[in-house]
This record gives sequence, C-alpha cells and structure tokens, in this order.
Amino acid sequence: MFLDLLWIVVKILLIVLPLMFSVAYLTYAERKIIGYMQVRCGPNRVGPYGLLQPIADAVKLLFKEIIIPSSSNKFLFVIAPILAIAPALAAWAVIPFGEIDVSTTVAGKTTTTQELLVLADIDASLLYILALTSIGVYGVIVAGWASNSKYAFLGSMRSAAQIVSYEIAMGFALVGVLMAASVYQIDPVTDPALVGKSAINLGVIVKSQSGGFWHWYWLPLMPLFIVYLVSGVAETNRAPFDVAEGESEIVAGFHVEYSGMAFAVFFLAEYAVIILISMLCALLFCGGWLSPFEGIPHLEEWFAWVPGLVWLIMKTMFFMFCFLWFRATFPRYRYDQIMRLGWKVFIPVTIVWIVVLAAAIAYELPPWFDQV
Amino acid sequence: MASIAHWIKSFTLWELLKGMRLTGRYLFSRKITVQYPEEKTPMSPRFRGLHALRRYKNGEERCIACKLCEAVCPALAITIDSEQREDGTRRTTRYDIDLFKCIFCGFCEEACPVDSIVETRHFEYHFENQGDQIMTKSDLLKIGDRFEDQIAADRKADAPYR
Repeated sequence: MFLDLLWIVVKILLIVLPLMFSVAYLTYAERKIIGYMQVRCGPNRVGPYGLLQPIADAVKLLFKEIIIPSSSNKFLFVIAPILAIAPALAAWAVIPFGEIDVSTTVAGKTTTTQELLVLADIDASLLYILALTSIGVYGVIVAGWASNSKYAFLGSMRSAAQIVSYEIAMGFALVGVLMAASVYQIDPVTDPALVGKSAINLGVIVKSQSGGFWHWYWLPLMPLFIVYLVSGVAETNRAPFDVAEGESEIVAGFHVEYSGMAFAVFFLAEYAVIILISMLCALLFCGGWLSPFEGIPHLEEWFAWVPGLVWLIMKTMFFMFCFLWFRATFPRYRYDQIMRLGWKVFIPVTIVWIVVLAAAIAYELPPWFDQV
Repeated sequence: MASIAHWIKSFTLWELLKGMRLTGRYLFSRKITVQYPEEKTPMSPRFRGLHALRRYKNGEERCIACKLCEAVCPALAITIDSEQREDGTRRTTRYDIDLFKCIFCGFCEEACPVDSIVETRHFEYHFENQGDQIMTKSDLLKIGDRFEDQIAADRKADAPYR
C-alpha cells in the first residue's frame, strides 16, 4: 500500500520534473528563436550560449518581493496562481508517453505484453483533458478580478471571452478525432492494454493512427487539425491571440499586479499548457509515439530501435517551435477579429468537416476508414 | 471570381505561410548584433563625447576666457569665471561643465576661437557620487592631457572639411 503510493509519487516526479525543466528551457528557446528570427542573437551572456539564463531568471524571481495590493481580495489574489497551475499540471496525468513491454512470469511461462506509459490510464482521458484545460481560465479570471485593477480586469475579461469561444471549436475538432478513432477495432492479441477501452482514451486514439505517416489524422482531418492548433494557440493566450496580455495596450493584462514567485507561477502555468497543447497535437493528429517511417520499406527497419518516446518528444518539439514561430511572425489580432474567427469561421468549418467525416466513415473511405 | 480567389487564399492560409516562410528564412540568416563590450562600431572623428580642455605644445592652456562657449551653450551647462593673470593675460579661474545639463551638441567646440574646449571620442564613463557630474577646469585639462594625441589627430582629419 505504502509502496504503491511511493511508486505513484515517483511517477509524478518523473513527469513533473522534466516538465519544469522543459518549461525553463522553453523560455530560453523562445527568446533565442524569436531573437534569431529578428536577426538578433538572443540571450548569450549567462553561461555558454546563454544556457544558464533560465536559471538566472528563476533565481531573480525567487528573490523578488511578492506584493499584494492593499485593495485586492487577498484570498483570491493568492489562490489565483494556484488555480492556474494546478490544472496545467494535473492534465499531464492522463498523457500516454508510449508503450512498454511488460514481462510477467506465471508458473515458469513468460508472457510479454505491451502497456501504456501513463500515470492514470482512465477511460475518458480526452474528456478529462478538455475539462482541465478549460478550468485553467479560472486562474486568469480570478487573478484579474482579485487584483482590483482596471487593466488586470480588462485582460481577464478578454481572455475569458476568448477561451470560451475557442473551447467550442476545439471541442468540435476533438469530436472529429473521436469519430475517426471509433472506427478502429481493438485487437485483443496485439493490444491487450487497450481491451475494453473506447475511442475517448488517448492510447486508443494514438493506436488507431497506426499504419504510417499518411494514416495519422493530420491528413484526413486536416481542417480540424489546423483548427485545433490555432485554437490551442488562442487557448494559451499566446501571440497572435495574446490580447489578454497585450503589453502595448493593457500593460500585461491579468497579471499586472503580480510580482516575484506569484508571477513566476503564472508564467510556469502558461508554458506548461503550451507544452501540453503541443503534446496533444502530436498525440491526436500526428500519431503520438508511432514512428513516421511505419510501412516504408527499409526506413522502418533502420529506425526500429528508436523508442516511441523520442518520436513523441520530437513531434511535440515541432509544435512548440510552431508556437514560437507564430509569435515571431504574426501581429496581434484585433479583439473583434478574434471573436469573428472563432465563431464565424472555425465553428462552421469544424461542423462541415464533421459531416464530411461522417460520410467518409459511413462509406468506408479507403485509405483511412476501411478497416472493419 | 475575385471573391472565390480570396476565399481559396484565406482557407489555404497562403498569406500566413508566406509570412512564416519569411521569418523561417531569417532564422538562419547571419545575425547583425554587435556584441558591445567585445565588438564596437566604427566611430567618426567628429564624434562628440566627453569634453576636454586642450593645451598648447609648450604646456600653456589654450582657453582665453572669451566666454563664447558659455554664451552659445543652449543648455546653459557651462559656467566661467575669469581674472587677469600676473603676466597680463586673461585666464579662467573657473570652468565648469555640468554633464547632466549638457546635450552634447558641440556648439562650444564650434564657437571656440582657439580650439580649447573640444569633445573627445571618450564616451564610456560614469559617476558614482552626486556632484561628480560637474567637470571642473582641472578635470577637463586632465582629460585633455590624456587624449591629446587623439584629439589632435581627429582635428587634423576633419580639417579639410571645415
């Protein structure tokens, strides 16, 4: 009992510590890549190539005073950063990182089965993710409200409206993924870990994409993939949808009044969600831990030794790079244009594509939906 | 027809991809940052940095206390007091420049009939105490002695254009 608990704690640390490390170096990568795209060098003073910059930043923030505005709602002010970071970390519980071979020896007979590398293999993991990423907005709203500052309040109102609108498009995009994944027949011989699970489980969604690069959902669900990616950028309040922060208009939006570690927690939450969304893009649309060379003669064998986790991380890093690329390229959207894009473009596009997808599934369109 | 073209253009994200291609190209381009303390940009002989008072070759100070620089200074940064010296020449007893007032316009340099007050190329300096920003006559002469070679070379390089 105690050992089980300890094992869970170890697993949590195995997820959270690399995540925190990635967050630190995502900020470094962001400054470096945006710098490079602006023909600058980016941070290069602290340590070799500026590699210790995130550590210097963290130390600086640790030593700064946390100021609580005298007219703020102190309880909510303190609890808002926690509301922001808790869902950003909790969502990682259901992310499958790959498959491992588990050998069990019963009465001298060794059987090897594959199991998902996941902290909590709950059935409705996609629903859980959708719920938790939406809860994240409470941190923003509560922070803006509790600060008792005009700019913070404006920022939180904007981000609330924005997240609510893009949540719908995002949900519809996931409906498409669920429809496509539900075609997949779980084979109890090859996938004993998935038996009894439905298409709403992330592991099933990834396995349903097996068959090579062209079988991943980015191709049959291309419009939904783009909608999901763009909604993901909007959900995380990143440029070009960063009106909630809008440095040039409302200073820093919802976290103007926060300083020191309280601010750092918001920062951490934002970047943890960016990594989460990137990983979800990789899992839902780009085959997760599946090798991109599956089904290609020779290449498949040459790269067979690469663990699935490496593919997953590489795909995630590609999407993280896209987040930074978008930020370096696009100017900030005007607020009404964000609303227009969310309601009048994305939602109709997703609904239309769901209908197309339904027809494709009903008529068992050959390369993707013909496996019965 | 045009609207269909526009429609296709926006749904293929054409313009966005074009923008991303541009920034993607810049990602690999040569960086133009000058890494300041190690690298420096080239500097003109006309550069207007910290002030200095010059001397003649025999060690005599050039300034004759004509106060033209004090009169022309748009920021009223220069304060001069003068007196007759034992040898009958007019000399300054006080020559202060408040560097917080100074706008480094170079008018004092232009106004000076004997090339006494000049602005050197030296610009990397700081003050550690309040009041240090007021450069006195002895400070300015010291700076002049320190940079005399470069000051003379710069005047010579610029001479054909005046």
